[in-house]
Amino acid sequence: MAKKVKLSEMTDMFKDVEVLALEGVTIEGDIELDLSGLGGGFDPMLAALLGQESAVLAQHFGRLASMFGVPVGIGAPATGASAAPAVSPALAAPKLKDLIPSKFDFSNIEEWTTQIQEVPIGNTSADGGSRGKRVLVGGEKALPFFPDAPMPNRNQVTIDVFDMRIGLAKAVKENYDEVMDSPGEWAKKNVDKFNADMITIHLISTDPLVKDTSPKEAAKTVEEVLQAVDVPIAIGGSGNPQKDPEVLARAAEVAEGERCLLASASLNLDYAAIAEAALKYDHDVLSWTQLDMNAQKELNRKLMKQCNVPRDRIIMDPTTAALGYGLDYAYTNMERIRLAALMGDEELTFPMSSGTTNAWGARESWMVSSPLKEDSDWGPREYRGPIWEIVTGLSLAIAGNDLFMMMHPTSVAVLKHITQTLFGTVEAEPVDLANWIGSGV
Amino acid sequence: MKINSPLEAYKYLPQTNCGECGEPTCMAFASKLIDRSGKTADCPPLVKEKKFAKKLAELDRLLAPEIRQVTIGVGDRAANIGGDDVLYRHKLTFFNKTKMFFDVADNMDEAALVERVKKISDYKKFYVGRNLLLDGVAIRAASNDPAKFAAAVKKVVENTELPVVLCSFNPAVLKAGLEVAKDKNPLLYAANKDNWKEVGELALEYKVPVVVSAFNDLDGLKTLAKTFAEAGIKDIVLDPGTYPSGKGLKDTFTNFLKIRRAGIMGDTEIAYPIMAMPLTAWMAGISDPVSASYWETVLASVFTIRYGDIMLLHSMDPYATMPEVHLAETIYTDPRSPVAVDSKMYKVGTPDENSPVLFTTNFALTYYTVESDLASNGINCWLLAVNTDGIGVEAAAAGGQLSADKVKDSFDKSGFDIHKDVTHNSVVIPGLAARLQGDLEDKLGVRVMVGPMDSGRLPGWMEKNWPPK
Repeated sequence: MAKKVKLSEMTDMFKDVEVLALEGVTIEGDIELDLSGLGGGFDPMLAALLGQESAVLAQHFGRLASMFGVPVGIGAPATGASAAPAVSPALAAPKLKDLIPSKFDFSNIEEWTTQIQEVPIGNTSADGGSRGKRVLVGGEKALPFFPDAPMPNRNQVTIDVFDMRIGLAKAVKENYDEVMDSPGEWAKKNVDKFNADMITIHLISTDPLVKDTSPKEAAKTVEEVLQAVDVPIAIGGSGNPQKDPEVLARAAEVAEGERCLLASASLNLDYAAIAEAALKYDHDVLSWTQLDMNAQKELNRKLMKQCNVPRDRIIMDPTTAALGYGLDYAYTNMERIRLAALMGDEELTFPMSSGTTNAWGARESWMVSSPLKEDSDWGPREYRGPIWEIVTGLSLAIAGNDLFMMMHPTSVAVLKHITQTLFGTVEAEPVDLANWIGSGV
Repeated sequence: MKINSPLEAYKYLPQTNCGECGEPTCMAFASKLIDRSGKTADCPPLVKEKKFAKKLAELDRLLAPEIRQVTIGVGDRAANIGGDDVLYRHKLTFFNKTKMFFDVADNMDEAALVERVKKISDYKKFYVGRNLLLDGVAIRAASNDPAKFAAAVKKVVENTELPVVLCSFNPAVLKAGLEVAKDKNPLLYAANKDNWKEVGELALEYKVPVVVSAFNDLDGLKTLAKTFAEAGIKDIVLDPGTYPSGKGLKDTFTNFLKIRRAGIMGDTEIAYPIMAMPLTAWMAGISDPVSASYWETVLASVFTIRYGDIMLLHSMDPYATMPEVHLAETIYTDPRSPVAVDSKMYKVGTPDENSPVLFTTNFALTYYTVESDLASNGINCWLLAVNTDGIGVEAAAAGGQLSADKVKDSFDKSGFDIHKDVTHNSVVIPGLAARLQGDLEDKLGVRVMVGPMDSGRLPGWMEKNWPPK
């Protein structure tokens, strides 16, 4: 392909979905993952790079039995009259005389009786906060984009900000290099340039193995971000189970009344402390489990019953694995959770969030070429990463995910465009398909 | 499938527990029929003995998938589409991965056409011990000229074993193509409200599968399908139209859902495989080719997940095809199949006493990735799959399923003696398990070398670090 295209130009086609132009985002350089400084051992920075959840990505694989072990009714009852048409192809033509009219009937799924909880993120002045808008996620009565019931809220994208300079795939880093030392500027750029609905500030420097930043210092970063942008924010810890509750509690305190999303409560840390901070300072809780529907039920139950978190303050992160690296489990886990919720499982009727950034952990998204000689050419890597993030996110959008934590601006723009198209708010020139065969496709 | 318990299938079996099918009992065989891992043809008495003929016919009817399975092409690369029984993969599994057909046009110059056909045929992407491939060629009669189309079809079938779709709304053009490709079982595209009689007659005459097409008109689509079925055409594929953008795309998505739901719920008149056409992305007025490719990939993703059984695509750019083939694999992977390889010592190439010894986990995805990185680069070595309960390196190292004790245990059970079977007294460990280095040196009594974070970098690493000094 001779023509060099700026990925930024891609966003031109997304103008009508409130996407701002990505000026100057030419992606043509080296995008080798920068893993320098990782040292020899397990490094939480790598974990952070891949999204906190993949740090422990997958006790789940051992638990597949629990995911798939219970066979569900296969197929549907026969409708009586409709046996397959008898056929004798040997009969002489012409057999086709007149059209036999048949009307298409469609019925809604009766078992979908229960609405997903709608959860607001961000408080405006009317709600006692200082956010310029409030984001609503959830509220569905059917699978996403299905005709059974209109989807009340569109998908939302929150773009990551880290509280320190970290190693990123170059395709991603090029967009953020000049703001990576200032979380406030970084957050601003995400909103002003890349059309972020929300910001996630990851306080990864608080990890004792990274910089061991104190909760008090980390809280200042949260204040900085809250002042820099007026969109709702999510606050993430470092993934260190000992320290996160303390870090998130302190962050919650300085962000009092803003209704942030605290990420995350999980079964392997003091979730009660996080829940308590959320209630005391008016925030939402992200309930994070690892590809295990039963663990998700357990954690949600504990948050509700033990910690008294109201239903409209819980969002679930059932874990995102990248395309080619376990997306089949992540997809099915979300689809099962959503179906169970629609059919009345009150422990699962919550909106979902995805660490879509995890897609950048797939070697197909960043490696210069295939390590395998036998593979067909992998092509220019600068185009592989964004589409890997898009397809990973889009798959989960169809499975039922509501909120996306993402990194690459092009991925954000394209994901928003397709999800809003399926949501029904994108107008486009009608295309006449009649001549597709002869058109210069 | 009209039945869903082994007991219901058992009623139609000989019930002699003869074992000829390879199962100990007829009940065990019945379970395989219900989960579709076995077919009635695997039961010799049922097939051979006349007294069972009626039961066999009835059982086959009960076991037939809700969505008709249609075969396109002949031989090893013939493409099966449809055959599904469920709306959600976890309820059983999806059958017959979405087939990706890439387009050529009869007005391309011959060299370019042949080159593109070869590129489609030769594509491969390694994944978990096998290659992901593309499935076929869609030949567009852009010229609308029977002779030109026939010439193009001839060139294509001479240059590939892949199945083909003949694309024209002009029956004379389709007939010219069929004459050339009649023994290849091509898929005819398409019968619509204007040409259905002629195209239907062609499908009957040449005994080939055929697409019925009605853009955004489900009544019209069902009418065509029913008319064809009544006329004796069994192998029908549905084209409800794929609008590439805006409300049209939303309607298309809704149409796919409605058709598949109705089919699975038992409306046999519309229970056929569905064709999606992501290549219409190129008609949406997108100015640059990368963006158009991206959008085509987006459409392909949507309809891989929601019920497209066969797709017509245009972009052969790797950043489009690679996620497409991966997503089809993702959605159609049988969720019931195991995700671990046997924990044991594997030989990669022809290792000897001087070859490096490495280990990784027994999570299938990890194991095959490492194994193929080594084999593809001609590195002869010993590769131990440590039993981590099928969990990948990073997660297992963090979660304790990959510890020095576990590694030692797997070495012991493998029968491989690192002190005797190799001379270098060294083990190369995954970079993501580097934290085990000290403990492993103590437990195994060997030198432990920390390899790269990603096994794709092993060749470079070996060049620098092997043999150990």
